[in-house]
Amino acid sequence: MSAPGNFDSNAYWKATLGLIGKVLAIWFICSFGLGIMFADQMNTISLGGYPLGFWFAHQGSMYIFVGLIFWYAKKMGDIDRKFDVHEE
Amino acid sequence: MDLQTTIYLVVGLTFALYIGIAVWARAGSTSEYYAAGGAVHPVLNGMATAADWMSAASFISMAGMIAYMGYGGGLFLMGWTGGYVLLAALLAPYLRKFGKFTVPQFIGDRFYSKTASTVAVVCLLVASLTYIIGQMTGVGVAFSRFLGVSNDMGIYVGMAIVFTYAVFGGMKGITYTQVAQYSVLIFAYVIPAIFISLALTGMPIPQLGLGSDMAGADKSLLATLNQVVTDLGFGQYTTHLPESKLNMFVYTMSLMIGTAGLPHVIMRFFTVPNVAAARSSAGWALVFIAILYTTAPAVGAMARMNLHATINPTVMTGGDVFAADAAIEAEKRPDWMKRWEATGLLKFEDKNGDGRIQYYNEKSKDEAFKAKAEAAGWKGNELTVNNDIIVLANPEIALLPNWVIALVAAGGLAAALSTAAGLLMAISAAISHDLVKGVFKPDISEKGELMAGKIAMALSIVVAGYLGLNPPGFAAGTVALAFGIAASSLFPAIMMGIFSKKMNKEGAMAGMIAGLAFTLFYVFAHKGIFFIKGTEYVDLIGGPNAFFGITPEAIGAIGALFNFAIAFLVDKMTKEPPEHIQHMVEAVRIPRGSKAVDGAH
Repeated sequence: MSAPGNFDSNAYWKATLGLIGKVLAIWFICSFGLGIMFADQMNTISLGGYPLGFWFAHQGSMYIFVGLIFWYAKKMGDIDRKFDVHEE
Repeated sequence: MDLQTTIYLVVGLTFALYIGIAVWARAGSTSEYYAAGGAVHPVLNGMATAADWMSAASFISMAGMIAYMGYGGGLFLMGWTGGYVLLAALLAPYLRKFGKFTVPQFIGDRFYSKTASTVAVVCLLVASLTYIIGQMTGVGVAFSRFLGVSNDMGIYVGMAIVFTYAVFGGMKGITYTQVAQYSVLIFAYVIPAIFISLALTGMPIPQLGLGSDMAGADKSLLATLNQVVTDLGFGQYTTHLPESKLNMFVYTMSLMIGTAGLPHVIMRFFTVPNVAAARSSAGWALVFIAILYTTAPAVGAMARMNLHATINPTVMTGGDVFAADAAIEAEKRPDWMKRWEATGLLKFEDKNGDGRIQYYNEKSKDEAFKAKAEAAGWKGNELTVNNDIIVLANPEIALLPNWVIALVAAGGLAAALSTAAGLLMAISAAISHDLVKGVFKPDISEKGELMAGKIAMALSIVVAGYLGLNPPGFAAGTVALAFGIAASSLFPAIMMGIFSKKMNKEGAMAGMIAGLAFTLFYVFAHKGIFFIKGTEYVDLIGGPNAFFGITPEAIGAIGALFNFAIAFLVDKMTKEPPEHIQHMVEAVRIPRGSKAVDGAH
């Protein structure tokens, strides 16, 4: 079965790209931003015994990535249902 | 029970388990053979993907590389996990919707060209074969170190085990053995880490232990480690970065897009029932991977601390490391050191003849440190430590019981075998499905294709075994090449195939070739043409790391940029793809209508 006749593929794709944009922004900020580019500034703050920049590079980014994928999967499911193109 | 018997018992039990699964999970159709019937639960697929992905290098070498690199080692941690975000959001769900068995088939169909599919097959074969050499040598190493058999014998046994479940079970057999292998390897990795974290910090969870205070002191473990390593002339652990920030950035990016573009990983997402399952399965894969990857930095840091504390105990008390009686006497070094010296992974040489072991950074740039070292009569670093020691000898350093050591042996073998099987699956599917059925004999029956798949698998195992037994001199440098190729050729082509409706075959092919050529050109400049010694032409490009100080291992991301740029340029100059291809892209973008994967061309 393909998409229903009144399916607005442009709006659906725009919503999808919007979500992917947010996902990639978070992905980029936590790893490349806080873990690499601004690691020195982050290191002036500490999280328990961790300097924060080091924590983002060795721990934090990975936890955020995991949460990010599940969040994306849920949001993408919402978009699918809104446009009625989800799987039965 | 003595150590050797325990190891034989534990490894034997895990092998019996893998063979049992092989008997139970035989593949009767091409759908079962290539995609495990498309009915694997997303959580189980996540576990299988984690085992598929985590190789001998992740299990045995990574913690040691981090221990040595300190903060800079984070590029492996972020790079090899961040790729799953890209996989989940950009590739896996759409390729699952496309619903075919292999990655080259997507590229061939989307770019309406057998040539494009063949270029993809070549990229896949080069990437996967270079990768598999490392797994086979890893199997040999694990066998010879722990089971006391020769390297070659170890590789033969490994080949026989993979043969039983990969040839008869295809993706179905591989999937369920990978689930079992994941369970073995994660216990093997985490249990020693828990004991060590507990001993150093009193905190059983290694991820939290790394951020805790030292047991019985009010100084954090990382601050103590910083003190210890700087006292011995090394760079501060939490900020040490061997190359530039820019290089770390580009290297991390290359590993991320390389991970997302590796065919043996992508293929795993063809085994789940639908598009939604492909999305969540990527999340589960990363959960299972992150359990090991967030433990690794704790293992690395703590093992490094233990190592320094063993060799020069004064570092722990902040005493004078240069004192004549600071370093341990060589005669009194612990037994585990002597055992691992026999394997060549640990080397001690008494350069100044004082009967003690001086382990420090002889290349330190700190003049004050160098002056003190000289005044103390140190004549250079006397201990060479191979990275792999950090994981392999970890249980012995921490004085853990024999069964833990046996578990580490079984875990190392599980990591190497599971990755080898996944790579073999990608290779044999590309041969039987994309070349035999796709190009040479399109009218082959399903039975015939299944047989062709099994023969291709058997041959691939023989080739992989041969390469493992006779590793080409360039073996060590090639893993970087596998990521470079996946990053610069496959990832951009697949991504443009989904996200650009107008991308045509001319653009995609020009892009793949440009990305690949640029990456190979840069890697070969440093490492020799096809890694042949003496053919390096690094002066021709202006010296080592001439491109903004980027190392050849990190260049894949730049190759990918070239790929995108050339593809869009050529695409603008040539004509649009046909109407039906643009409709196909529309259909790939929405989940509804997903069906079980099949092989129809």
